[in-house]
Amino acid sequence: MIGAEFVSLSLPPVIIGICVAVACALPGNFLVLRRQALIGDAISHVVLPGIVVAFLLTGAVSTWPMLLGAAGAAVLAVAAIETIRRLGRIEPGAAMGVVFTTMFAGGVLLLEQSDTSSVHLDVEHALYGNLESLIWLDASGWGSLLDPVALAGLPVELLRMAATLAGVILFIFIFWRPLKISTFDEGFAQTMGMKTGALGLALVIVSAIAAVAAFDAVGSIIVIAMFICPPAAARMMTNRLERQVAWSVLFAVSAAIAGYVIAGYGPVWMGFAASVSAAGMIATLSGVILGLAAALGPHRKRGSPA
Amino acid sequence: MITDALLLQLGYNASLVTLGAILLGMAAGVGGTFLFLRKRALVSDAISHATLPGVALAFIVMVGLGGDGRSLVGLLAGAAGSAALGLLIVSWLSTRTRLAEDAAIGAVLSVFFGLGVVLLTVIQSMRSGQQAGLEGFLLGSTAGMLRSDAVIIAVSAALTLALVLLLRRPLTLASFDPGFATATGQNTARTDLAMMGIVLAVTVVGLKIVGLILIVALLIIPPVTARFWTERTDRVVLISGLLGGLSAYIGAALSAALPDLPTGPIIVLVGFAIFMISLILAPRRGVLAAWVHHRAFQKSVHLRQGLLALAQGQPIYEPLTLRLLRREGWALPDGVATDEGRGRAARALLDETRWQIIRRDPSFEAAAAHYDGLTPIERVLTPDQIAEVDTRLPSARMVAP
Repeated sequence: MIGAEFVSLSLPPVIIGICVAVACALPGNFLVLRRQALIGDAISHVVLPGIVVAFLLTGAVSTWPMLLGAAGAAVLAVAAIETIRRLGRIEPGAAMGVVFTTMFAGGVLLLEQSDTSSVHLDVEHALYGNLESLIWLDASGWGSLLDPVALAGLPVELLRMAATLAGVILFIFIFWRPLKISTFDEGFAQTMGMKTGALGLALVIVSAIAAVAAFDAVGSIIVIAMFICPPAAARMMTNRLERQVAWSVLFAVSAAIAGYVIAGYGPVWMGFAASVSAAGMIATLSGVILGLAAALGPHRKRGSPA
Repeated sequence: MITDALLLQLGYNASLVTLGAILLGMAAGVGGTFLFLRKRALVSDAISHATLPGVALAFIVMVGLGGDGRSLVGLLAGAAGSAALGLLIVSWLSTRTRLAEDAAIGAVLSVFFGLGVVLLTVIQSMRSGQQAGLEGFLLGSTAGMLRSDAVIIAVSAALTLALVLLLRRPLTLASFDPGFATATGQNTARTDLAMMGIVLAVTVVGLKIVGLILIVALLIIPPVTARFWTERTDRVVLISGLLGGLSAYIGAALSAALPDLPTGPIIVLVGFAIFMISLILAPRRGVLAAWVHHRAFQKSVHLRQGLLALAQGQPIYEPLTLRLLRREGWALPDGVATDEGRGRAARALLDETRWQIIRRDPSFEAAAAHYDGLTPIERVLTPDQIAEVDTRLPSARMVAP
């Protein structure tokens, strides 16, 4: 399995999977601690209408308009949730439920009403993505990794996801201290003069960017799973944020690699011809990791000693 | 065509499905109210996504046993099983570990859905799986439904509604005042379990009509909408049930009458349209009502302050105050009081002076707490008390009313 075929067929999806997993898990650590874990869920529902509208306006499945459309939809959703919450004096969970289901319903309806039969754009694709199809046809073996001509043929999703991951890491690195303080003690952060509101918004925006970029490549299930499961599992392992982030990255990477391998090769080992959805398997494995951590992790209970 | 659909004239199956949708919408509206009042609306999202692996497993098992795997009862039983498991895991994670409920919801939702997708791809690779049509459970599809399936849906929706109505009283009590419910000997843990059972039933019955991704909307939007129209729990329940039934009715009928309109999204969008109308037009809590109330309050503050300024001979620079005074006929355009305005101004000043006196006197503390610069003092003091206050008026500033 480790040969020329692996480099062209499996290496790019695995790397993309790892980038997606880590890019979502990093901000996920803060979202889980801030009890905003369902933001990933909401974002991945609301980007559908944005993508469909972008497609209807441009008439083609091209990357940048769709990313813009998705980002626009995410911003619109945040504004709508806030407006409904304030105007109607409704609790945030319910306001979120109203907005994201409605926008998803609108997206589905637009999709069904418009003629998208000629292109690969449907609800299933938006949900599951298609990680397996992101292959590197120009590769002829491990040597291609050093060959500039072949490297130019890498799937664009890989470069985009790597850039997104770099951006996420940079954001968390630069704002580490303010993020940490405002997550654990917002009042204290405010007395120290931090703009906690702006910081919280920036965190949501960074998460949204990660979600939208990942969504395009791998569909929404992985996105939601990776925002929550690795950080939640890491939370059972330690009481220190630094170690929690490290654990979550470890969990995310293992889920991505193991999930892809099991989905692609597991059925073959068991004697079946076809493979199963890699995105679904990665999400499932992250759940298995969370289950193990929740059952065995040293800090799984509330108020466990440091 | 649309009127035909609304009047249930599109054939037996379509009418049965529409009827089932109405009953389901009502059950979801009523059941969702308790969820909303308990602030646990999004738990239903985890439950509904958790149905997918159950549906897929049920299909695989039924095919393995030699059937064609499309028995609706079997699929729904599988859905109920895995949804119940998902629910158990959510409550286990959020009570037995340090995870908050939202993280538990998100984890169960994504992992179960991911597992379901894996199983769906397994089914696609099976020989009998090509035309399984399980994707219909994602977004709901009522077109071309079998007679027997339509009957199952209508009957189970009716049963769900009956269950909700049966459990209405304990649920209302527990969601409105859990402390009181416990004090009167009600087992709130069991009531919560019943509430989740209702949500489970709604989800499973709604799978074929609305689809698992959007069923949560049926449980959230009607109660949130109903909350705009009333402050009373029992009426929220009633209105929410009616609105849920109404949006399901219109949505199912539209979807049956027009091509390419999937049922679930249409029902959700109809529900949202009703929500928007309520958000804007509802009395008291609506945006329009709030704006009107704000303008009225603003007007009375400006008039009061304007009158006080007139009484004390101070010039008025605020254009809105001047405009309001002129419109009432109490001042001329240059800010000079009319005769009527002078009378009103004197009365306002007298009122204000009396308020100042009682606010300085601790024996009037309770009454003085009502001071907001607008309430006439006659509303908080008896004529005798006012007469007593008036003895303390500074004589030089005594003005005849």
